[in-house]
Amino acid sequence: MATKPETEEGSGLADGLFLFVVVLLFWMLLTGSLDPSEIITGAVVALVVTLTSRPHLSIYSGVRITPMAILPIINYLGVFFWELILANIDMARRVLSPSLPLRPAVVEVRTDLRSPLGRLALANSITLTPGTLTVDVQDQTLLVHWVDAPPDIDIENATRKITTKFERHLKGFLK
Amino acid sequence: MRILADMFLLIGATFTLFGSIGLIRMPDVYNRIQAGTKAVTLGSISLLIGISLLYPQWWSKLLIIGLLILITNPLGSSTIARALLKSGVQPWKKVETNTPEENSNG
Repeated sequence: MATKPETEEGSGLADGLFLFVVVLLFWMLLTGSLDPSEIITGAVVALVVTLTSRPHLSIYSGVRITPMAILPIINYLGVFFWELILANIDMARRVLSPSLPLRPAVVEVRTDLRSPLGRLALANSITLTPGTLTVDVQDQTLLVHWVDAPPDIDIENATRKITTKFERHLKGFLK
Repeated sequence: MRILADMFLLIGATFTLFGSIGLIRMPDVYNRIQAGTKAVTLGSISLLIGISLLYPQWWSKLLIIGLLILITNPLGSSTIARALLKSGVQPWKKVETNTPEENSNG
């Protein structure tokens, strides 16, 4: 994936803090205990990891760290899991029906998300939703393989539908 | 609780089975990736939920496994698809015919 490093360095401290919290949470889930000694060890490890890897990791820089971001995250997760279930029912129907109803096409989809993490989340979401698979990401254009592309009337509008339902929520907490 | 867990395990196994059938029946590699990715992702998450109901003390590890599957599974699929497209594998197109189709040979 073509990831270009973010140039703005304004919120470096906040990004570092975010990375630290993510690593620490990961540690706590792995150890699976709330023992103080475990948490202190985890904090030290997370600090070392943050300090050594922060200059090389640009992927975390796209996150908006505000309390306002919680609602979009919940919305996004809800939409995401709902779409994932729909995708599976849709795929099961296609796979099991004897005539194998497919009209595959590769289409281009544009996105407004700029940060690498935002585009990664969008690409992954598209891959897991009904009948679409992200093939390539080039800057702000996603190449999407579509199992059931409507016959070529108004393809622009139809593709927009794929992205907007995720983009709307992703924009709330990612740049 | 036991019955609920069994239900999740059964759903997971069923979707994984659908994914496998999809791998065999789909006409080209891109559609196969699609069938494989979606079914296996939901299938394994459902399995993980089932396991976490049976063994609640493992929830944190199962959560990590689930998160990693959710992030890496679609990413891996798109990477494979991208490599295929770059190496020139063309997506399959349905040939339109006038006769009713006999396409049930699997």
